[in-house]
Amino acid sequence: MFTNYIFYFLSALALYSGVMVLLSKKPIHSVLYLTLTFFAIGGHYILLNAQFLAIVHIIVYAGAIMVLFLFTVMLLNLNKEERSPKPIWVKALAIIAGVMLGLVLIGVFRGYDLHLVQHPMETQIGLVKELGRILYRDYMLPFEVSSILFLTAMVGAVLLGKKEQI
Amino acid sequence: MLIFKILLASAVLLLSLVVAMYSTLIERKVAGFFQDRLGPDRAGPWGLFQPLADGIKLFFKEEFMPNTADKFLYILGPSLTMLIACLTSAVIPWGPDIVINGQTFSLQMADVNIGILYIFAIVSIGVYGIMIGGWASNNKYALLGAVRASSQMISYELAMSLSIITIVMMTGSLSMRDIVNQQQGFNWNIWYQPLGFLIFLICAFAETNRSPFDLPECETELVGGYHTEYSSMKLGFYLFSEYINMFISGEVIATLFLGGYHFPFIDKLGLSPNVFAFVSFLVLFAKITFFGFIFMWIRWTLPRFRYDQLMRLGWKALIPLAILNVLITGVVILLNQ
Repeated sequence: MFTNYIFYFLSALALYSGVMVLLSKKPIHSVLYLTLTFFAIGGHYILLNAQFLAIVHIIVYAGAIMVLFLFTVMLLNLNKEERSPKPIWVKALAIIAGVMLGLVLIGVFRGYDLHLVQHPMETQIGLVKELGRILYRDYMLPFEVSSILFLTAMVGAVLLGKKEQI
Repeated sequence: MLIFKILLASAVLLLSLVVAMYSTLIERKVAGFFQDRLGPDRAGPWGLFQPLADGIKLFFKEEFMPNTADKFLYILGPSLTMLIACLTSAVIPWGPDIVINGQTFSLQMADVNIGILYIFAIVSIGVYGIMIGGWASNNKYALLGAVRASSQMISYELAMSLSIITIVMMTGSLSMRDIVNQQQGFNWNIWYQPLGFLIFLICAFAETNRSPFDLPECETELVGGYHTEYSSMKLGFYLFSEYINMFISGEVIATLFLGGYHFPFIDKLGLSPNVFAFVSFLVLFAKITFFGFIFMWIRWTLPRFRYDQLMRLGWKALIPLAILNVLITGVVILLNQ
Protein backbone atom coordinates (compact mmCIF):
# COMPACT_ATOMS: atom_id res chain seq x y z
CA MET A 1 0.00 0.00 0.00
CA PHE A 2 2.73 2.35 1.05
CA THR A 3 4.70 1.59 -2.12
CA ASN A 4 1.64 2.66 -4.13
CA TYR A 5 1.87 6.15 -2.72
CA ILE A 6 5.59 6.26 -3.42
CA PHE A 7 4.85 5.14 -6.98
CA TYR A 8 2.34 7.96 -7.53
CA PHE A 9 4.67 10.49 -5.94
CA LEU A 10 7.62 9.43 -8.10
CA SER A 11 5.52 9.35 -11.26
CA ALA A 12 4.13 12.81 -10.60
CA LEU A 13 7.63 14.08 -9.86
CA ALA A 14 9.04 12.53 -13.03
CA LEU A 15 6.26 13.94 -15.22
CA TYR A 16 6.36 17.37 -13.62
CA SER A 17 10.13 17.75 -13.87
CA GLY A 18 10.08 16.30 -17.39
CA VAL A 19 7.63 18.98 -18.49
CA MET A 20 9.59 21.65 -16.63
CA VAL A 21 12.71 20.71 -18.60
CA LEU A 22 10.92 22.09 -21.64
CA LEU A 23 9.21 25.03 -19.98
CA SER A 24 12.13 26.47 -17.99
CA LYS A 25 13.55 29.70 -19.33
CA LYS A 26 17.09 29.25 -18.10
CA PRO A 27 19.11 26.33 -19.50
CA ILE A 28 20.57 25.59 -16.06
CA HIS A 29 17.09 25.06 -14.66
CA SER A 30 16.30 22.68 -17.51
CA VAL A 31 19.39 20.65 -16.73
CA LEU A 32 18.55 20.49 -13.03
CA TYR A 33 14.97 19.42 -13.76
CA LEU A 34 16.31 16.71 -16.04
CA THR A 35 18.50 15.50 -13.17
CA LEU A 36 15.43 15.40 -10.94
CA THR A 37 13.66 13.30 -13.58
CA PHE A 38 16.52 10.82 -13.51
CA PHE A 39 16.28 10.57 -9.75
CA ALA A 40 12.55 9.90 -9.94
CA ILE A 41 13.13 7.15 -12.50
CA GLY A 42 15.86 5.72 -10.28
CA GLY A 43 13.25 5.54 -7.53
CA HIS A 44 11.00 3.53 -9.84
CA TYR A 45 13.79 1.04 -10.38
CA ILE A 46 14.07 0.59 -6.62
CA LEU A 47 10.32 -0.05 -6.41
CA LEU A 48 10.85 -2.84 -8.97
CA ASN A 49 13.56 -4.36 -6.74
CA ALA A 50 16.21 -3.44 -9.31
CA GLN A 51 18.68 -1.79 -6.94
CA PHE A 52 21.65 -2.31 -9.20
CA LEU A 53 19.92 -0.66 -12.16
CA ALA A 54 18.75 2.20 -9.94
CA ILE A 55 22.24 2.95 -8.62
CA VAL A 56 23.91 2.60 -12.00
CA HIS A 57 21.25 4.85 -13.47
CA ILE A 58 22.06 7.51 -10.88
CA ILE A 59 25.83 7.11 -11.20
CA VAL A 60 25.83 7.28 -14.98
CA TYR A 61 23.09 9.81 -15.69
CA ALA A 62 22.84 12.02 -12.62
CA GLY A 63 26.44 11.65 -11.53
CA ALA A 64 28.36 11.79 -14.77
CA ILE A 65 26.37 12.89 -17.81
CA MET A 66 24.31 15.60 -16.14
CA VAL A 67 27.34 17.02 -14.35
CA LEU A 68 29.04 17.36 -17.73
CA PHE A 69 25.88 18.97 -19.15
CA LEU A 70 25.76 21.41 -16.29
CA PHE A 71 29.43 22.12 -16.74
CA THR A 72 29.00 22.93 -20.42
CA VAL A 73 25.87 25.02 -19.92
CA MET A 74 27.61 27.05 -17.19
CA LEU A 75 30.50 27.82 -19.52
CA LEU A 76 28.20 28.78 -22.39
CA ASN A 77 26.77 31.70 -20.41
CA LEU A 78 23.31 31.48 -21.95
CA ASN A 79 21.86 33.88 -19.42
CA LYS A 80 21.22 36.75 -21.76
CA GLU A 81 18.13 35.31 -23.41
CA GLU A 82 19.68 35.76 -26.81
CA ARG A 83 17.71 32.94 -28.33
CA SER A 84 16.19 34.34 -31.51
CA PRO A 85 12.80 33.01 -32.63
CA LYS A 86 13.20 30.09 -34.99
CA PRO A 87 12.01 30.34 -38.60
CA ILE A 88 8.71 28.71 -39.41
CA TRP A 89 10.12 25.79 -41.41
CA VAL A 90 12.26 24.73 -38.43
CA LYS A 91 9.16 24.63 -36.24
CA ALA A 92 7.30 22.62 -38.88
CA LEU A 93 10.16 20.15 -39.15
CA ALA A 94 10.29 19.83 -35.36
CA ILE A 95 6.58 19.05 -35.19
CA ILE A 96 6.85 16.43 -37.96
CA ALA A 97 9.84 14.78 -36.28
CA GLY A 98 8.06 14.76 -32.91
CA VAL A 99 4.90 13.20 -34.33
CA MET A 100 6.95 10.52 -36.11
CA LEU A 101 8.80 9.66 -32.93
CA GLY A 102 5.47 9.42 -31.13
CA LEU A 103 4.14 7.04 -33.80
CA VAL A 104 7.22 4.84 -33.47
CA LEU A 105 6.79 4.69 -29.69
CA ILE A 106 3.11 3.81 -30.00
CA GLY A 107 4.00 1.10 -32.50
CA VAL A 108 6.59 -0.35 -30.14
CA PHE A 109 4.29 -0.43 -27.15
CA ARG A 110 1.36 -1.89 -29.13
CA GLY A 111 3.46 -4.87 -30.11
CA TYR A 112 4.67 -5.41 -26.55
CA ASP A 113 2.64 -7.42 -24.11
CA LEU A 114 2.26 -4.92 -21.27
CA HIS A 115 1.38 -6.79 -18.11
CA LEU A 116 1.38 -5.73 -14.52
CA VAL A 117 4.22 -7.02 -12.39
CA GLN A 118 2.36 -8.89 -9.67
CA HIS A 119 5.03 -9.16 -6.99
CA PRO A 120 7.76 -6.68 -7.83
CA MET A 121 9.79 -7.62 -4.75
CA GLU A 122 10.11 -11.22 -5.95
CA THR A 123 11.65 -10.41 -9.32
CA GLN A 124 15.37 -10.89 -9.20
CA ILE A 125 16.32 -9.64 -12.63
CA GLY A 126 17.46 -6.22 -11.47
CA LEU A 127 19.86 -7.55 -8.84
CA VAL A 128 23.49 -7.55 -9.73
CA LYS A 129 23.95 -11.33 -9.64
CA GLU A 130 21.14 -12.15 -12.04
CA LEU A 131 21.95 -9.28 -14.34
CA GLY A 132 25.62 -10.25 -14.50
CA ARG A 133 24.73 -13.86 -15.23
CA ILE A 134 22.44 -12.87 -18.08
CA LEU A 135 24.82 -10.31 -19.54
CA TYR A 136 27.88 -12.53 -19.45
CA ARG A 137 26.25 -15.81 -20.38
CA ASP A 138 23.35 -15.14 -22.72
CA TYR A 139 24.38 -11.83 -24.22
CA MET A 140 28.16 -12.07 -24.04
CA LEU A 141 28.89 -11.05 -27.63
CA PRO A 142 26.56 -8.02 -27.90
CA PHE A 143 27.85 -6.82 -24.52
CA GLU A 144 31.48 -6.96 -25.58
CA VAL A 145 30.73 -5.42 -28.98
CA SER A 146 28.96 -2.51 -27.32
CA SER A 147 32.05 -1.95 -25.16
CA ILE A 148 34.09 -1.61 -28.36
CA LEU A 149 31.53 0.92 -29.54
CA PHE A 150 32.13 2.94 -26.39
CA LEU A 151 35.88 2.72 -26.85
CA THR A 152 35.51 4.04 -30.38
CA ALA A 153 33.45 6.95 -29.14
CA MET A 154 36.07 7.75 -26.49
CA VAL A 155 38.93 7.67 -28.98
CA GLY A 156 36.87 9.82 -31.34
CA ALA A 157 36.21 12.39 -28.60
CA VAL A 158 39.92 12.57 -27.78
CA LEU A 159 40.77 13.00 -31.47
CA LEU A 160 38.22 15.79 -31.90
CA GLY A 161 39.41 17.48 -28.72
CA LYS A 162 43.03 17.55 -29.78
CA LYS A 163 43.99 20.93 -31.19
CA GLU A 164 47.16 20.20 -33.13
CA GLN A 165 47.33 18.06 -36.25
CA ILE A 166 48.14 14.41 -35.74
CA MET B 1 13.43 -3.36 14.52
CA LEU B 2 12.32 -0.16 12.85
CA ILE B 3 12.79 1.76 16.09
CA PHE B 4 16.31 0.42 16.41
CA LYS B 5 17.10 1.51 12.83
CA ILE B 6 15.78 5.00 13.51
CA LEU B 7 17.82 5.20 16.73
CA LEU B 8 20.91 4.00 14.90
CA ALA B 9 20.41 6.51 12.11
CA SER B 10 19.99 9.34 14.59
CA ALA B 11 23.04 8.21 16.53
CA VAL B 12 25.19 8.06 13.39
CA LEU B 13 23.95 11.46 12.23
CA LEU B 14 24.66 12.95 15.64
CA LEU B 15 28.08 11.32 15.70
CA SER B 16 28.95 12.70 12.26
CA LEU B 17 27.88 16.19 13.27
CA VAL B 18 29.70 16.19 16.61
CA VAL B 19 32.84 14.74 15.06
CA ALA B 20 32.70 17.32 12.27
CA MET B 21 32.24 20.06 14.86
CA TYR B 22 35.23 19.01 16.88
CA SER B 23 37.31 18.34 13.75
CA THR B 24 37.35 22.09 13.22
CA LEU B 25 38.93 22.55 16.65
CA ILE B 26 41.35 19.67 16.15
CA GLU B 27 42.29 21.02 12.74
CA ARG B 28 43.24 24.37 14.26
CA LYS B 29 45.07 22.71 17.12
CA VAL B 30 47.01 20.52 14.65
CA ALA B 31 47.77 23.57 12.51
CA GLY B 32 49.03 25.30 15.64
CA PHE B 33 51.22 22.33 16.47
CA PHE B 34 52.72 22.26 12.97
CA GLN B 35 53.38 25.97 13.00
CA ASP B 36 54.78 25.97 16.53
CA ARG B 37 51.99 27.94 18.18
CA LEU B 38 49.16 27.09 20.55
CA GLY B 39 46.00 27.29 18.48
CA PRO B 40 42.67 28.38 19.99
CA ASP B 41 42.74 28.20 23.80
CA ARG B 42 40.49 31.05 25.00
CA ALA B 43 37.03 29.46 25.00
CA GLY B 44 36.93 26.89 27.78
CA PRO B 45 39.77 24.59 28.87
CA TRP B 46 42.08 23.88 25.90
CA GLY B 47 39.65 25.78 23.71
CA LEU B 48 37.04 23.04 24.06
CA PHE B 49 34.10 25.42 23.56
CA GLN B 50 35.62 26.99 20.46
CA PRO B 51 33.39 25.02 18.00
CA LEU B 52 30.30 26.17 19.93
CA ALA B 53 31.49 29.76 19.83
CA ASP B 54 32.15 29.46 16.09
CA GLY B 55 28.71 27.97 15.52
CA ILE B 56 26.97 30.74 17.48
CA LYS B 57 28.97 33.34 15.60
CA LEU B 58 27.98 31.85 12.23
CA PHE B 59 24.31 31.73 13.23
CA PHE B 60 24.23 35.38 14.22
CA LYS B 61 26.10 36.74 11.23
CA GLU B 62 24.17 38.79 8.71
CA GLU B 63 22.32 36.82 6.05
CA PHE B 64 23.57 38.20 2.80
CA MET B 65 22.14 37.47 -0.60
CA PRO B 66 23.43 39.07 -3.81
CA ASN B 67 20.80 41.00 -5.79
CA THR B 68 21.45 39.14 -9.00
CA ALA B 69 21.52 35.69 -7.45
CA ASP B 70 19.13 32.94 -8.42
CA LYS B 71 17.26 32.94 -5.10
CA PHE B 72 16.07 29.34 -4.97
CA LEU B 73 19.27 27.77 -6.22
CA TYR B 74 21.35 30.02 -3.96
CA ILE B 75 19.66 28.47 -0.93
CA LEU B 76 19.51 24.99 -2.45
CA GLY B 77 23.31 24.84 -2.92
CA PRO B 78 24.47 24.64 0.70
CA SER B 79 21.44 22.60 1.76
CA LEU B 80 22.15 19.99 -0.89
CA THR B 81 25.83 19.86 0.05
CA MET B 82 24.95 19.22 3.68
CA LEU B 83 22.28 16.63 2.83
CA ILE B 84 24.52 14.65 0.51
CA ALA B 85 27.38 14.73 3.01
CA CYS B 86 25.13 13.05 5.59
CA LEU B 87 23.87 10.33 3.21
CA THR B 88 26.95 8.16 2.79
CA SER B 89 27.09 6.66 6.27
CA ALA B 90 23.91 4.64 5.63
CA VAL B 91 25.75 1.63 4.22
CA ILE B 92 28.80 1.61 6.51
CA PRO B 93 28.90 -1.31 8.95
CA TRP B 94 29.74 0.26 12.31
CA GLY B 95 30.42 -2.96 14.17
CA PRO B 96 29.44 -6.62 14.53
CA ASP B 97 25.88 -7.54 15.53
CA ILE B 98 24.72 -6.72 19.02
CA VAL B 99 22.23 -8.71 21.10
CA ILE B 100 19.47 -7.06 23.11
CA ASN B 101 16.98 -9.32 24.93
CA GLY B 102 17.92 -12.28 22.75
CA GLN B 103 17.35 -10.36 19.52
CA THR B 104 20.28 -9.62 17.25
CA PHE B 105 20.57 -6.19 15.74
CA SER B 106 22.91 -5.24 12.94
CA LEU B 107 24.97 -2.08 13.41
CA GLN B 108 24.51 -1.17 9.77
CA MET B 109 21.58 0.89 8.65
CA ALA B 110 21.08 -0.74 5.25
CA ASP B 111 22.87 -3.89 4.19
CA VAL B 112 22.09 -3.43 0.50
CA ASN B 113 23.91 -5.77 -1.84
CA ILE B 114 25.27 -2.84 -3.83
CA GLY B 115 26.65 -0.85 -0.89
CA ILE B 116 29.85 0.16 -2.58
CA LEU B 117 28.00 1.42 -5.67
CA TYR B 118 25.77 3.44 -3.39
CA ILE B 119 28.88 5.20 -2.11
CA PHE B 120 30.00 5.85 -5.70
CA ALA B 121 26.61 7.34 -6.47
CA ILE B 122 26.66 9.66 -3.46
CA VAL B 123 30.22 10.75 -4.24
CA SER B 124 29.31 11.45 -7.84
CA ILE B 125 26.27 13.58 -6.99
CA GLY B 126 28.20 15.37 -4.24
CA VAL B 127 29.37 17.97 -6.70
CA TYR B 128 25.86 19.32 -7.37
CA GLY B 129 25.74 21.41 -4.21
CA ILE B 130 28.97 23.19 -5.06
CA MET B 131 28.08 23.68 -8.73
CA ILE B 132 24.59 24.99 -8.00
CA GLY B 133 25.79 27.31 -5.26
CA GLY B 134 28.69 28.61 -7.33
CA TRP B 135 26.53 29.27 -10.35
CA ALA B 136 23.60 30.77 -8.45
CA SER B 137 25.82 33.37 -6.75
CA ASN B 138 26.22 35.03 -10.15
CA ASN B 139 29.83 35.92 -9.45
CA LYS B 140 32.76 35.17 -11.72
CA TYR B 141 34.99 33.87 -8.94
CA ALA B 142 32.25 31.64 -7.59
CA LEU B 143 31.53 30.30 -11.07
CA LEU B 144 35.20 29.56 -11.66
CA GLY B 145 35.35 27.76 -8.34
CA ALA B 146 32.28 25.71 -9.22
CA VAL B 147 33.64 24.78 -12.64
CA ARG B 148 36.96 23.78 -11.12
CA ALA B 149 35.21 21.69 -8.49
CA SER B 150 33.17 19.81 -11.05
CA SER B 151 36.01 19.07 -13.43
CA GLN B 152 38.26 18.04 -10.56
CA MET B 153 35.65 15.72 -9.11
CA ILE B 154 34.86 14.09 -12.44
CA SER B 155 38.54 13.48 -13.10
CA TYR B 156 39.27 11.94 -9.74
CA GLU B 157 36.10 9.88 -9.59
CA LEU B 158 37.42 7.73 -12.42
CA ALA B 159 40.64 6.78 -10.67
CA MET B 160 38.73 6.30 -7.42
CA SER B 161 36.24 3.90 -8.98
CA LEU B 162 39.00 1.97 -10.72
CA SER B 163 40.86 1.53 -7.44
CA ILE B 164 37.73 0.21 -5.71
CA ILE B 165 37.07 -2.25 -8.53
CA THR B 166 40.11 -4.25 -7.39
CA ILE B 167 38.53 -4.63 -3.95
CA VAL B 168 35.31 -5.82 -5.55
CA MET B 169 37.26 -8.31 -7.67
CA MET B 170 38.99 -9.72 -4.58
CA THR B 171 35.83 -9.91 -2.50
CA GLY B 172 33.44 -11.00 -5.21
CA SER B 173 30.69 -8.89 -3.69
CA LEU B 174 29.46 -5.32 -3.74
CA SER B 175 28.11 -5.43 -0.20
CA MET B 176 30.03 -3.46 2.41
CA ARG B 177 29.38 -6.13 5.02
CA ASP B 178 30.93 -8.84 2.85
CA ILE B 179 33.93 -6.62 2.18
CA VAL B 180 34.47 -6.06 5.90
CA ASN B 181 33.92 -9.69 6.83
CA GLN B 182 36.53 -10.75 4.30
CA GLN B 183 39.17 -8.76 6.16
CA GLN B 184 38.89 -10.56 9.49
CA GLY B 185 41.78 -10.33 11.91
CA PHE B 186 44.78 -8.82 10.23
CA ASN B 187 43.79 -9.89 6.74
CA TRP B 188 43.33 -6.30 5.62
CA ASN B 189 42.98 -5.27 2.00
CA ILE B 190 45.81 -2.77 2.26
CA TRP B 191 48.36 -5.61 2.32
CA TYR B 192 47.02 -6.92 -1.00
CA GLN B 193 46.25 -3.57 -2.60
CA PRO B 194 48.89 -1.04 -1.51
CA LEU B 195 48.73 0.77 -4.85
CA GLY B 196 44.94 0.82 -4.82
CA PHE B 197 45.03 2.22 -1.30
CA LEU B 198 47.40 5.00 -2.31
CA ILE B 199 45.30 5.95 -5.33
CA PHE B 200 42.13 5.92 -3.28
CA LEU B 201 43.69 8.09 -0.59
CA ILE B 202 44.87 10.70 -3.10
CA CYS B 203 41.47 10.70 -4.79
CA ALA B 204 39.78 11.12 -1.41
CA PHE B 205 41.71 14.34 -0.91
CA ALA B 206 40.57 15.59 -4.30
CA GLU B 207 36.96 14.54 -3.74
CA THR B 208 36.71 16.30 -0.39
CA ASN B 209 38.36 19.43 -1.83
CA ARG B 210 41.04 19.28 0.80
CA SER B 211 44.47 20.77 0.42
CA PRO B 212 46.69 20.13 -1.57
CA PHE B 213 43.75 19.85 -4.00
CA ASP B 214 41.56 22.67 -2.68
CA LEU B 215 41.59 24.51 -6.00
CA PRO B 216 37.82 25.21 -5.95
CA GLU B 217 38.28 27.56 -3.00
CA CYS B 218 41.83 28.65 -3.75
CA GLU B 219 41.81 32.01 -1.99
CA THR B 220 44.94 33.37 -3.63
CA GLU B 221 43.28 33.29 -7.04
CA LEU B 222 39.52 33.09 -6.50
CA VAL B 223 38.82 35.16 -3.35
CA GLY B 224 36.76 32.39 -1.72
CA GLY B 225 36.01 30.11 -4.64
CA TYR B 226 32.48 28.76 -4.91
CA HIS B 227 31.41 30.22 -1.54
CA THR B 228 32.61 33.77 -2.19
CA GLU B 229 29.10 35.21 -1.95
CA TYR B 230 27.94 33.15 1.01
CA SER B 231 27.68 34.34 4.58
CA SER B 232 26.20 33.24 7.88
CA MET B 233 25.06 29.64 8.29
CA LYS B 234 24.96 29.00 4.52
CA LEU B 235 28.71 29.48 4.48
CA GLY B 236 28.76 27.43 7.67
CA PHE B 237 27.06 24.55 5.87
CA TYR B 238 29.64 24.55 3.10
CA LEU B 239 32.55 24.61 5.55
CA PHE B 240 30.90 22.12 7.86
CA SER B 241 30.09 19.62 5.14
CA GLU B 242 33.78 19.54 4.25
CA TYR B 243 34.49 18.17 7.71
CA ILE B 244 31.63 15.69 7.51
CA ASN B 245 33.02 14.54 4.17
CA MET B 246 36.42 14.15 5.76
CA PHE B 247 34.96 11.99 8.51
CA ILE B 248 32.97 9.90 6.02
CA SER B 249 35.89 9.37 3.68
CA GLY B 250 38.08 8.31 6.59
CA GLU B 251 35.34 5.85 7.43
CA VAL B 252 35.12 4.53 3.86
CA ILE B 253 38.91 4.14 3.59
CA ALA B 254 39.03 2.33 6.94
CA THR B 255 36.19 0.04 5.85
CA LEU B 256 37.55 -0.76 2.42
CA PHE B 257 41.25 -1.04 3.10
CA LEU B 258 41.92 -1.27 6.83
CA GLY B 259 39.52 -4.00 7.78
CA GLY B 260 36.68 -1.84 9.07
CA TYR B 261 36.06 -2.74 12.69
CA HIS B 262 38.32 -5.79 12.62
CA PHE B 263 41.47 -5.91 14.65
CA PRO B 264 44.00 -8.72 15.17
CA PHE B 265 43.59 -10.85 18.31
CA ILE B 266 40.41 -9.08 19.36
CA ASP B 267 38.41 -12.30 19.01
CA LYS B 268 40.86 -14.04 21.36
CA LEU B 269 39.78 -11.86 24.29
CA GLY B 270 36.54 -13.79 24.79
CA LEU B 271 34.29 -10.75 25.24
CA SER B 272 30.51 -10.94 25.36
CA PRO B 273 28.84 -9.90 22.07
CA ASN B 274 27.82 -6.42 23.15
CA VAL B 275 31.18 -5.50 24.70
CA PHE B 276 32.84 -6.99 21.63
CA ALA B 277 30.70 -4.80 19.38
CA PHE B 278 31.57 -1.76 21.45
CA VAL B 279 35.31 -2.46 21.35
CA SER B 280 35.09 -3.08 17.59
CA PHE B 281 33.34 0.22 17.12
CA LEU B 282 36.09 1.96 19.11
CA VAL B 283 38.68 0.31 16.86
CA LEU B 284 36.87 1.61 13.77
CA PHE B 285 36.65 5.04 15.34
CA ALA B 286 40.38 5.01 16.10
CA LYS B 287 41.11 4.21 12.45
CA ILE B 288 38.86 7.05 11.31
CA THR B 289 40.57 9.45 13.70
CA PHE B 290 43.93 8.37 12.32
CA PHE B 291 42.81 9.24 8.79
CA GLY B 292 41.40 12.53 10.02
CA PHE B 293 44.84 13.32 11.38
CA ILE B 294 46.46 12.38 8.05
CA PHE B 295 44.07 14.73 6.23
CA MET B 296 45.15 17.57 8.53
CA TRP B 297 48.81 16.62 8.50
CA ILE B 298 48.94 16.83 4.71
CA ARG B 299 46.95 20.03 4.59
CA TRP B 300 49.43 21.84 6.83
CA THR B 301 52.52 20.32 5.23
CA LEU B 302 52.08 20.38 1.47
CA PRO B 303 51.57 23.50 -0.69
CA ARG B 304 48.61 23.71 -3.05
CA PHE B 305 48.87 22.20 -6.53
CA ARG B 306 48.56 24.30 -9.66
CA TYR B 307 45.43 23.56 -11.65
CA ASP B 308 47.15 21.98 -14.67
CA GLN B 309 49.31 19.89 -12.33
CA LEU B 310 46.18 18.62 -10.64
CA MET B 311 44.63 17.58 -13.94
CA ARG B 312 47.85 16.01 -15.18
CA LEU B 313 48.19 13.99 -11.98
CA GLY B 314 44.63 12.77 -12.26
CA TRP B 315 44.51 11.82 -15.92
CA LYS B 316 48.10 10.91 -16.74
CA ALA B 317 49.30 9.31 -13.52
CA LEU B 318 46.45 8.03 -11.36
CA ILE B 319 44.10 6.62 -14.01
CA PRO B 320 46.79 4.59 -15.89
CA LEU B 321 48.16 3.33 -12.57
CA ALA B 322 44.67 2.34 -11.46
CA ILE B 323 44.03 0.47 -14.73
CA LEU B 324 47.38 -1.29 -14.33
CA ASN B 325 46.37 -2.24 -10.81
CA VAL B 326 43.10 -3.72 -12.08
CA LEU B 327 44.97 -5.76 -14.70
CA ILE B 328 47.53 -7.09 -12.20
CA THR B 329 44.80 -7.99 -9.72
CA GLY B 330 42.88 -9.82 -12.41
CA VAL B 331 45.93 -11.83 -13.48
CA VAL B 332 46.81 -12.75 -9.89
CA ILE B 333 43.24 -13.84 -9.14
CA LEU B 334 43.21 -16.01 -12.30
CA LEU B 335 46.57 -17.59 -11.43
CA ASN B 336 45.42 -18.42 -7.91
CA GLN B 337 42.31 -20.22 -9.06
